[in-house]
Parts: sequence; C-alpha cells; structure tokens
Amino acid sequence: MTYREAVRQALRDAIKRDERVFLMGEDVGRYGGCYAVSHGLLAEFGPERIRDTPLSESGFTGAGIGSAMAGMRPIVELMTVNFSLLALDQILNTAATVRHMSGNQFGVPLVIRMATGAGRQLAAQHSHSLEGWYAHIPGIKVLAPGTLEDARGMLWTALQDPDPVLIFENVMLYNMTGKLAADAGPVDIDKAAIRRIGRDISLITYGGSLWKTLEAASALAAEGIEAEVIDLRSLRPLDDATITASVTKTRRAVIVDEGWRSGSLAAEVGMRIVEQAFWSLDAPIGRVCSEEVPIPYPRHLEIAAIPQSPKIVAAAKSALGRS
Amino acid sequence: MVDFLMPSLGADMEAGTLVEWLVKPGDWVRRGDVVAVVETQKGAIEIETFQSGQIDQILVDLKSKVPVGTPLARIRSEGEAKLAAVPVAPPPITPAPTPAVPPVAPVVERPAVTLPRPPVTPTPAARARVSPAARRLAEERGIDLSTVTGSGPDGAITYADVERRIGAAAVMPERKRGWLDLSAMRTAIAAAMARSKREIPHYYLEHQVDITACEHWLAEKNASLSPDNRLLLGALPVKAVALAARRNPAFNGFYRDNKFEPAQAVHIGVAIAIRGGGLAAPALHDADQLSLDELMSHMRDLVQRTRAGRIRGSEMSDPTITVSSLGERGVEALYGIIYPPQVAIVGIGKAVVRPWVIDGAIGPRSVITVTLSGDHRVSDGHAGALFLAEIGKLLQEPDKL
Repeated sequence: MTYREAVRQALRDAIKRDERVFLMGEDVGRYGGCYAVSHGLLAEFGPERIRDTPLSESGFTGAGIGSAMAGMRPIVELMTVNFSLLALDQILNTAATVRHMSGNQFGVPLVIRMATGAGRQLAAQHSHSLEGWYAHIPGIKVLAPGTLEDARGMLWTALQDPDPVLIFENVMLYNMTGKLAADAGPVDIDKAAIRRIGRDISLITYGGSLWKTLEAASALAAEGIEAEVIDLRSLRPLDDATITASVTKTRRAVIVDEGWRSGSLAAEVGMRIVEQAFWSLDAPIGRVCSEEVPIPYPRHLEIAAIPQSPKIVAAAKSALGRS
Repeated sequence: MVDFLMPSLGADMEAGTLVEWLVKPGDWVRRGDVVAVVETQKGAIEIETFQSGQIDQILVDLKSKVPVGTPLARIRSEGEAKLAAVPVAPPPITPAPTPAVPPVAPVVERPAVTLPRPPVTPTPAARARVSPAARRLAEERGIDLSTVTGSGPDGAITYADVERRIGAAAVMPERKRGWLDLSAMRTAIAAAMARSKREIPHYYLEHQVDITACEHWLAEKNASLSPDNRLLLGALPVKAVALAARRNPAFNGFYRDNKFEPAQAVHIGVAIAIRGGGLAAPALHDADQLSLDELMSHMRDLVQRTRAGRIRGSEMSDPTITVSSLGERGVEALYGIIYPPQVAIVGIGKAVVRPWVIDGAIGPRSVITVTLSGDHRVSDGHAGALFLAEIGKLLQEPDKL
C-alpha cells in the first residue's frame, strides 16, 4: 500500500462513518485529485460528498469554515501549501479566530488537507514548505503525518477536534509504499513519536524529512553513533515532553526541517530545548534546514537546497565533536 | 601584593573548603606560617604561606569551597605594607579603628630578606568550553573543570568527560562535616589509584633483606632510652630508602606532562593507615638529612597528626617517593600502587625469622621482604634492582644510617 492509498482509505472511512463529512477542493472529484488521492471517490460517494470547486481558494475555504460552523464536518483540500496562501486570510483571520471572536459561541471543526514540500522539480513557486508558518498561529492545530499509519489515522481524530486542523502531506511521500495493518484506524494527534531509539543524539524531524533522518541514523549507527529519531507528528501543539525527555537523555540535538532556516519551526524547537533542557546539553543544538533561496528547478540544485541525509549525518557528527 | 592561593594538596585534589582562618587582615605573617585550615578529602589540612608580609584582605569566607588556585587572601609584601593604609573592607558604620601596626615588625630571627617570590598566580586561562550538562555534573560532584580534558566539539568538555574524570566507580556520598571524612577519602584514594593503574606502567621487584644486624643494633640503642624515645624498627628502612633515593634519582620525583622531573629533596611519603579505613601518605621532609632519632620523632608526630586529621598542606603535596610498611601485624610482602605523580613506592613486609645461610652455615635470621613498584616510563628493572640492593646494603650497617 502507498501513502496515497492510506490517505484515501482515511477519507473513505471518514465519509462512511459520519454523514456530515464531505471533501471539497480543486480537482478532487472528476480529476481524482492533483496527487490522485481522491481517485475513485466521486464514483463511490457522489458529488454531494466529493465536491469539485472553482479555482478560488479563499472562497471555498470560507465555505468550508461556514459549513463547519453550521454543523458539518468538511474536509477542504487546498491542493498544495503554495495555493493555501490565497486562503491565508480565511485560515488565519477567520478559522483560527472565530471561537475567540464569538466569545466561544462558534467553533470551526474544519479539516484542511494540503500537499507540501519540494523534490518534484516544480520550481520556486510550487515547492514551499510553509507548515512551520502555520504552526505559528494560535487557534489551529498543525499535523504532519510522516508514516502510513499516521496518513491513515490522523484524519478521523482531526475531524473529532472542535477546532480547525491543518494536515500537511509531503509530496515525496505519496508514492512511498509500506505495510499497513488491516485494522489500522485513528491515531492520536498530540504526541511526538520516537521512530528510532538511541542514546547519543536526538534527531528531531517530521514529515518528508523523517525518512532522510532515519537513513542518516542508520549511517550514523554504522559509525557507532546511536541516534534517536523523533517524529514530531504534531507541529502545533509541540510535544515538549517527548522532546525534552529525549534530549535530556542524549544531551545533544539536531533538528531537521525542510522549512527555511530563519524563523523556522526548527528554531522554535531549538529554543524550547534551550528553555527546558539547557542544563542537559552537551553541544550546541544543530539544524539542518533548507537553504535560504527560492527552491531551484534543476534537479541537482533542488537536491542541494533541501535537507538530505549526508547533511544530517554531518550535523550529528559535528554535535558529537567527530568529523 | 601577592595572592595567597588555595594550594593543591595532592594530585587528586580539586577543591578545598576553608574551615578556619588563623589570621585576620592586618596580621603579619612569615613564610611558612600556618594561616588557614582547609578541609579536603584527606581531612583538615593546615596551609602555610610562602609569602612574608601583612594580610591585606581575606577573599574567601569560612565554609566556602573553592577550586585549587583560587585566591584566598591578599598579602602585602613588607615593603608595600608600609605604604598602604588602604581600608581592608568597606568601612563599617562606626569609624574603623586604625589598623594596629605592630610595634615591632615581625620578629625576624635572621635578617634574611627573602626575595619576594614572583607571585605564582596561575594565568587565568581563556574560559574553557564546557557544555551545560558537563558544568552541572561537575558542580554536583565538586569536580574542578580545569582538571578535565574535553572531547566534544572544539574540544569542549562534555558530560562524558566529567564522568570519566569522576571515575566510573566513584559515587560521591553526602559530604559529612568533620575533620576526617572517610568516604570522601575513599573516593580520593579510588581516583588516585585508578589513575595510577590507568596511566603508570608499573614493574615490580622484590628483595629479601637480612635485618638481624638492625635488630641487634636497635636493642642495644634502645636499652638506654626511655620507652617514648625508643627507636622502632620501622624507622630504619625509611631512612635506608631515603638515602638510596638520594643516590638513585630515577625513583625520587614526579612524572608530569610526559616527562620526569627529578626532585631536589627527598621527602618520603609515609603510608599511614587510618582507623576506619582511610589511608594517607604525608611527607617526612628531607628524610635523608634527618638523624634516626629526628626521623623517629617526626614520624611519630606525623602519624599522630594524620590520624587526628591535621596534616599540613605541604606534607600532602610534597612526597617524592612513598614507603609503605605493614609493620608487625602485616604480611611478608606488599606490592604498592604508585601515588601519582610520584614514580616509585617501596613496600616493607614484616620481619620473619628464617633459616638463612651465613658463611656457609645455616642459622636463624630476621628477614624482611622489600619490594619496589617502579614507573617503567622513568626507570627500568635494572635500575630498580640496584636501588633495592642499595636499600638492602644500607640496612646491613644500621649505625651508619
């Protein structure tokens, strides 16, 4: 099974389980989804539940907010984070604030899905990783499923949340294959997961960088360095307890984040480590982020611009005083 | 103005707690005067000044624990002292009484104007890179970070480096107040001995020495002495080792910074067992120069003070070679572990009567086994054998010791 199929299974399950749930977005119906996630769902559930929208992100996100406030459980697909900027006002100024502005009279139980990340040679305007930006906003939750289980299980839990939840699916993960238990179902959306146990350094990451980080951890193991890999899963709220416990144990941390370095989610995680585990640190906290350039189109430059496992290995060794 | 520093009272000392000031600002001190008492893992130690002059300022409060090298007080040299009437501390609300200038400047027996020593202030090193985790652990365990080598990024001291310094086995117990903290002493012994076995390639030699002549000579000498002035057999080998060490400089000194520094004087560290399980080896200064009677009385004094937990600082750090003697109740031979940075330890077993061949006939003789643990970085077995043989030879003529 692929990650794409896991997301589709999650959609199908949610639509079947709750009649208030529907999927809305550009090309989700007839075309089957920009990344073919919703392929076949229109035929299965019909246009009431699988709704194609005009090319108007702000409009259909606003419609999603309204229907959520009115009692529905919409899943809005924004295709990619790049286009979500057109709906930013609806997300930031409306979805995230309605509960506050209405004195708790209204909530927005809305789920917004979108693809994120570089790596597909889509050039500078279509390769953003802006989930860290969204994680800045109080009033919403931000999830980054990095595994098949989370792709399958996070959606339903997100739909149960009384407030808006944004789910970022990394474009490079859609084709990833793996085994998913036949009875796989909802998972929690507020805990980070330790994907590999180690004692020498904590590698903290999420989403598409998870697999590069696990690859780096294997390479480090070959050199006798046991890295612990933390998958954040939820970027807002951050699971401070898991991060702090791990860093307190390993005393070193490198954060891997496909966002640009300045003002990144990695910066936030690093600062929290300093606030909560300063006296346990044995080395400066390292970061592997994207280069601060528009993501290039040429393949070799695109690869060089975003985190890759050799850079993660180098950062980890540097934190350990090894070269 | 010279800083009076927390001295290093042994290779394994990192910090000391100031428990008593024997001087106050304005007091005059002479080189060698005991000015303070410092509690270390070895117990309370009286520390002396190397600088004559007037105490200007006390910099460390009682009960403060400070690392080796920390200035404890400032001493004005005699010349400076005359000039200054600088207030010592922020003036109290009542007008400070004029510091009483001693009517007669210190009672200097000899007009020996010792040239003021260049102040031995350690150059304040650039702040070492120490990780927060390492800093906290060092603080908890009382480790002086200047004694820790860093292995982290840019040579930073990491948690693991401090752990290594502490030694895997050393579990620091709650510090007990008192002159002798045996568990702290045990920790210090553990650290020093572990370091020795880790760093020093020991070699071992043994030699059996007929001491019948010593026994006869001693019996004769002691017959005319009151019991408290009698010489004990144990003093003779100590003197013999001191004389042999004088003639075999490769066993007398310190191995530091990858090289051997032979010592000018022979200060024998006398291993003294402390009831309850402690051990210290303070120096018997210039043992080769002492008569046997002097050596005996110094040894008595040293044993008494060590067991009471009052050893002088110089006695802790000065020994140039150690002698460990198990005495009458011991066993026949012991192989010591060298106390770093020394390079040799001589072990003296108990005297046993054995059948011995003298001039072709077998007769009963008193025999001791003398052993040498030598540092192979400094000396070889051949030199060690000559050293041991010399000790044996010296013990054949006790009247010349």
